[in-house]
Amino acid sequence: MESPERIRVIIAKVGLDGHDRGVKIVARTLRDAGMDVIYTGLHRTPEEVVDAAVQEDVDVIGVSILSGAHMTVFPRILDGLKARDAGDILVVGGGVIPDEDCAKLRDLGVKELMLQDTPPADIVAMVKRVVAERGAR
Amino acid sequence: MNDRVPHRLLDEAARDALTEQVAAWERGEVARFTAKAPERAAEFRTLGGFPVKRTYTALDVADTPLEDIGLPGQYPYTRGPYPTMYRGRTWTMRQIAGFGTAEDTNGRFKYLIANGQTGLSTDFDMPTLMGYDSDHPMSEGEVGREGVAIDTLADMERLFDGIDLTKISVSMTINPSAWILLAMYVALAQRRGYDLNALSGTIQADILKEYQAQKEWIFPIAPSVRIVRDCITYCATHMKRYNPINISGYHVSEAGSSPLDEVAFTMCNLITYVEEVQKTGMHVDQFAPRLAFFYVCQADFFEEIAKFRAVRRVYAKIMKERFGAQNPESMRLRFHCQTAAASLTKPQYEINIVRTGLQALAAVLGGAQSLHTNGKDEAFAIPTEEAMRIALRTQQIIADESNVANVVDPLGGSYFLEALTTQYEKAIFEVIDEVDRRGGTIKLTEEGWFQRRIADFAYETALRKANGEKPVIGVNKYVMPDEKFDIELHPYDTSTADRQVAGLNKVRRERDNAKVDALLDKLVAVANDPAQNIMPATIELVAAGASMGDIVEKLKGVWGTYRERPIF
Repeated sequence: MESPERIRVIIAKVGLDGHDRGVKIVARTLRDAGMDVIYTGLHRTPEEVVDAAVQEDVDVIGVSILSGAHMTVFPRILDGLKARDAGDILVVGGGVIPDEDCAKLRDLGVKELMLQDTPPADIVAMVKRVVAERGAR
Repeated sequence: MNDRVPHRLLDEAARDALTEQVAAWERGEVARFTAKAPERAAEFRTLGGFPVKRTYTALDVADTPLEDIGLPGQYPYTRGPYPTMYRGRTWTMRQIAGFGTAEDTNGRFKYLIANGQTGLSTDFDMPTLMGYDSDHPMSEGEVGREGVAIDTLADMERLFDGIDLTKISVSMTINPSAWILLAMYVALAQRRGYDLNALSGTIQADILKEYQAQKEWIFPIAPSVRIVRDCITYCATHMKRYNPINISGYHVSEAGSSPLDEVAFTMCNLITYVEEVQKTGMHVDQFAPRLAFFYVCQADFFEEIAKFRAVRRVYAKIMKERFGAQNPESMRLRFHCQTAAASLTKPQYEINIVRTGLQALAAVLGGAQSLHTNGKDEAFAIPTEEAMRIALRTQQIIADESNVANVVDPLGGSYFLEALTTQYEKAIFEVIDEVDRRGGTIKLTEEGWFQRRIADFAYETALRKANGEKPVIGVNKYVMPDEKFDIELHPYDTSTADRQVAGLNKVRRERDNAKVDALLDKLVAVANDPAQNIMPATIELVAAGASMGDIVEKLKGVWGTYRERPIF
């Protein structure tokens, strides 16, 4: 199973939001699909997530947020990545996010947002797709 | 009663005759019928995975002692904690509310009371739940978002402005910082000149399920459990009608657990709290009458009713047999119930009203003491006034139109329900035994045992939803692919944080800071001595204008903080 193309993903919970049911399902799903998955655990700051993503040299950061603080959290992660010259790390997200905010977040540079009741297989396909679209680094 | 030989529904002759009749029916009518028209599935299971049979007969309850079923208001309370239940007074209709600042939520409280609500329930924002002031960097983007922001006693005064707290019970959904909110509630009552014994309501303060499921914490487990102990002993002495804890399965279930684990984990946590309080020398009958519970009502109608009946029976037996309770009040499990938020869907969101209605009916048939029904729009955001009104009306229809409240435990005696209740009772005791054997609740919480069981069931549920084995109407069945959401959501006022922080700074300017500092030093001394109760010093602090953050940050210096070992 090991191959140089193995996708590396960091799955993150940011801020005070403690809802971790979905994030654990996503982490397990991606791992079962053969990806390297790191789960940050709860209550991380955007800066901690960026640090970990850069250190672990991941392809994708997946942020789960259900607290409503998404318009605060995502921009700080995107800005942090740019500041670390790591803009090629893709940011995706999930949770409870209103459609109008999803549109705004996509404009800011969030690659994909997958909300509640997304089938696990769709999440795997999405991660593979965004990594393929980005191409090799 | 327990000393006598238990009575059974069937004597030996009746049992033999019925066994023969059932076997003949399987060979005869059933075999002939299914040969022509097969059943929908080879086996049927409850949502929680319990196999269910084609039908149930008296044989299925033949091993359940009739005394275990008993009568309402009688040990072991399977059929309800009180003899008359809703014939006396229907359950408390308690819709939770909380958003923005204290003034904003006060307005919603008054709206709900004007619409016939009979109890209040408060949702706090994430910073308040986690013990941060509204101007702490971790609070950015979260102030007043998922609940109401409370920093100081001044906020608490505005939250309950114009509401007589001796006339209505108030529930506060708050955990690691619960004791500070309780202190504010006491300080507010003292300021208004209320008799503390006239106050009824509850704080949730169930910290163990936080580490296991809901994931709101501040301090490590040991000092956190000590705080819970202090709330229980303080209330037992000073607030005779107040429930100092709501031992909660709701969040265990919402985090993804099975219905069995939901109730079984509450019993494990209960045992830990009772043992902690007993270590202070307090007898179980001095505090157990005010222990209260909180459960979800999920979609599997009969399983949920059986779950409620079984956990009442288990609780009564634990309190009597394990802890030596003698007062019947110590053995009656009383619970608040909320319909299942995680069962709500965005697609075709209006059908959430129907889901919630069925869940609410199961909660009532299960004997809940108070109930919150979810809003149709809660898969999108916190509910609008309209959504809450419909949810409240759902309860009112059950109470006033359906007549189900006129007979106590109307499903009691159903072969299926009684059999499932007894199965549930056995399974709950098996979980408790396993936890005892493996070293107890605190050890297993530290090791992530509860967390792992929850995550496993959540993952299995997600797979069952994905493959269609678990139908969810609108999501994996009867889908409307081109559905456009035309829905007005509760708006978030972006001025909330600024308004809240301005209020906090005003308190900081106007209070006697030297006094607050001295009281904080006193609090540290109390915290360092586990034999002392933390409540009196905290009440003094909030009355002097200390903020939640002042108190929590000081105690982090004493106890440190908790960090979870992430598992998935």
